[in-house]
Amino acid sequence: MIESAIDVKDLTRTFGSFTAVDHISFEVHSGEVFGFLGANGAGKTTAMRMLIGLLTPSGGTARVAGHDVYTESEAVKRSIGYMSQRFSLYEDLTPRENIRLYGGIYGLTMPQIRERTGRMLTRLGLARVADEQVRSLPLGWRQKLAFSVALVHEPRIVFLDEPTSGVDPITRRQFWELIYEAASGGTTVLVTTHYMDEAEYCDRICIMVAGRIGAIGAPADLKKQFGVDSIDELFVRLARPETAVPESALPERLS
Amino acid sequence: MTALRGLLRKEIFHILRDRRTLTVLLALPVVQVILFGFAIRTDVNDVRLAIVDPAPDDATIALRNRFASAGVFRTVAVVPRAADLDPLFQTGAAQQAIVFEPGLAADLGRGEPGHMLIITDATEPNTGSLLQAYAQAVVQGYQQELIAAGRPSAGPAPRSAAGPPLAELLEGPPSAGPALRGGPAPRAVAIVPAVRLRFNPTRASSNLFVPGLMAFVLTIISSLMTAISLTREKETGTMEALLVSPLRPWEIIVGKVAPYLVIGFISVVAVLIEARLIFHVPLNGSLPLLLFEGGLYILVSLSLGILVSARTSSQRVAMMGVLLATMLPNVLLSGFIFPVESMPAPLRIVSYIVPGRWFVLIARGIMLKGIGLDYLWRETLILAAMAAALLIVSTRSFKERLD
Repeated sequence: MIESAIDVKDLTRTFGSFTAVDHISFEVHSGEVFGFLGANGAGKTTAMRMLIGLLTPSGGTARVAGHDVYTESEAVKRSIGYMSQRFSLYEDLTPRENIRLYGGIYGLTMPQIRERTGRMLTRLGLARVADEQVRSLPLGWRQKLAFSVALVHEPRIVFLDEPTSGVDPITRRQFWELIYEAASGGTTVLVTTHYMDEAEYCDRICIMVAGRIGAIGAPADLKKQFGVDSIDELFVRLARPETAVPESALPERLS
Repeated sequence: MTALRGLLRKEIFHILRDRRTLTVLLALPVVQVILFGFAIRTDVNDVRLAIVDPAPDDATIALRNRFASAGVFRTVAVVPRAADLDPLFQTGAAQQAIVFEPGLAADLGRGEPGHMLIITDATEPNTGSLLQAYAQAVVQGYQQELIAAGRPSAGPAPRSAAGPPLAELLEGPPSAGPALRGGPAPRAVAIVPAVRLRFNPTRASSNLFVPGLMAFVLTIISSLMTAISLTREKETGTMEALLVSPLRPWEIIVGKVAPYLVIGFISVVAVLIEARLIFHVPLNGSLPLLLFEGGLYILVSLSLGILVSARTSSQRVAMMGVLLATMLPNVLLSGFIFPVESMPAPLRIVSYIVPGRWFVLIARGIMLKGIGLDYLWRETLILAAMAAALLIVSTRSFKERLD
C-alpha cells in the first residue's frame, strides 16, 4: 500500500510547562510492526494516546489510517483497535461475553459476532473456558484474549500499549506469534514495550528520549548506524547519555 | 443501537454477578425503612407513668382512669408522697408523674381552679415536651367532659385558666433546663390548661421520615453506585477501551447509569410499599407524579455521581467524594431529619442548593398533603432545572476528562 498507516508531523503535547512530546515526526507503513521504545516518562504513551484519540495534541498534525485525528476522530476510532497494559477485559464477564460486547460496540452484526467468536476461541484454545469468568483465567490467556478482542472488528491498525508487561517469556513469545499473524493479515501494529528483545522482533522501531525521537529505523540498520551489538545497548546509550558508561569501562566496573 | 444495548447488557451482568453489592442495594431500602421507622421514632408510646394521689376522690380517680385508658400511658407506680418519686425517676422506672393535691374534687365542685402537677423526665427535650403535651391533652379531655356533663362551673373558663396559675408556671425555668442536667423537671399545670394539641393526626413520625428516606436511598443508589461503577472502569482500564471505541460519551454514560435508574425506581416503590404495610404511611397524592419527581431526583443524583467520578480515579476517593458532596448535605440539610426552619440562616441559604431539600418537600406534599403540580410546580421546576444543568455539566466534564 502506498498510503502510510500513520503519518505524524511535529506532534506536540504539553502539560503546563512540561513538554511530554516535543515535535515528533514519523511514519508507519501499512502492514508494518512498529515498535515504540523509551524509558518511563519519555513520552511514548502520551504519543500513543494522542494517536488513538484519548488526548488532544497541543500542536502538529497526525493522520491515522488516512484520517485526521483532530477533525475525523470518529473515522479514526472505527479503523483502530487498542489494547492497554491492563488488557481492557471485563473480569466478571466470560470470554464469549467480552467478545460479544466489543463486537457490538464496533457495530458488528450478531451473525458476524457469532462467527468470529467461534473462530477466535478455537484459534486461542479457549473454547473450553469460553463461559468462565475472565478473572479465573491465567494472565497469559487473558492477554491473548484481550489482543483478539482488540482485533474483533478487523481494524486497519492496532495499538498495543506495553502488552507483555508482567508475562512470562514463553507466553511473550506466543504473543508475538499472534502479532506476526495479525501483521501478515495486513494489520498494522504499533506496539510500545520495555523489553529490548521484543524490539528486535519489530520491522522498525523508534526510540523516544525526553519527548523527542532519538533514533528510528529497522533494528539491524540502527545497530549498524550506531555501531552497537544490541538494541539494549543502543537504548541505554540514547536514553541515558550522561550515565552511559564507556564499554571499555564496563568489565572493570563489574569485576 | 446494538452498541448501547450491549453496554446495558454488560452493566446488568456486572450488577447481577456482584452478589454482595446487589444484596446490599436491594436490602438497603428495606432495612433503612425498618431502622428509621422503629429506631428514630419520636412518637410517644408506652409512657411509664407514676401517680401520687395522697387523697383519692372522684376527680382524681376519674383522671387516673382517663390516663389508663388513653392507650399511651402505662401506670407503673402509685405512691402516697411526691418525695417517693425521686428514686422512680432516677432509675428511669418512671418517665412522667402526675401529682394530685388533696381536695381536687372539692375545689372543682366550688368552681375554683384545681391544682395538679405534671412532672416529666426531659432528658430528651423533644420526647419530654411531647409527653407534656400528651398529659395536658388527657387533663383537658377530662375538663371538657365535665363541661359536657353540664357542670360548666366545675372549672373556670379556659381564658381565665390561662391567668394566674398558668402564668406562674410559665415564669419558671423551662422544663428542659434542669432536666437536661439529669433530674426530673417539675412543672405544675392547672387542671384546665390553655393548651391545644396540633399533632399530625396519626401522630406518626414515620409519615415524616419516609419521604426523606426515599431521598436518602436514591442518593446512595444513584450517586454512589454511579460514581463507584464509573471509577471502577477507570481502575480496571476498561474505561480507556470504551473511550477509544466509536461510542459517544453520552452512550457510555447512558449505558453505565441506566441500570441504576431502574434500581432507583425499584427502591422507591419498595420503600413506598413497605412504609405502607408496616407503618401505614399514606400516599394521598398521585403515584405517577411521585414517580416522576423521583425520576427527576434520580437524574440529579446520577449527574452528581458522574461529576464526582470525573474528578477522581479511584473507587475509594469516589466514595468519599460522594459522601461529602451528596450524602451529608442531603441528609443533614434537606429537612429529612432536622427541620430547615430551625437551621441558622447561613445553613438555610445553603439548603436552597441541596436537591434533597426540594425532593423532600415535594414528596411530603404529595404523600401527606395529597397536593399536586398546581402547588408544587415551583419546587418541580427547581428540581428539573437542577437535573438539566447537572446533566449538561457532568456530560461535559466526562468529555473534558479525556485531557
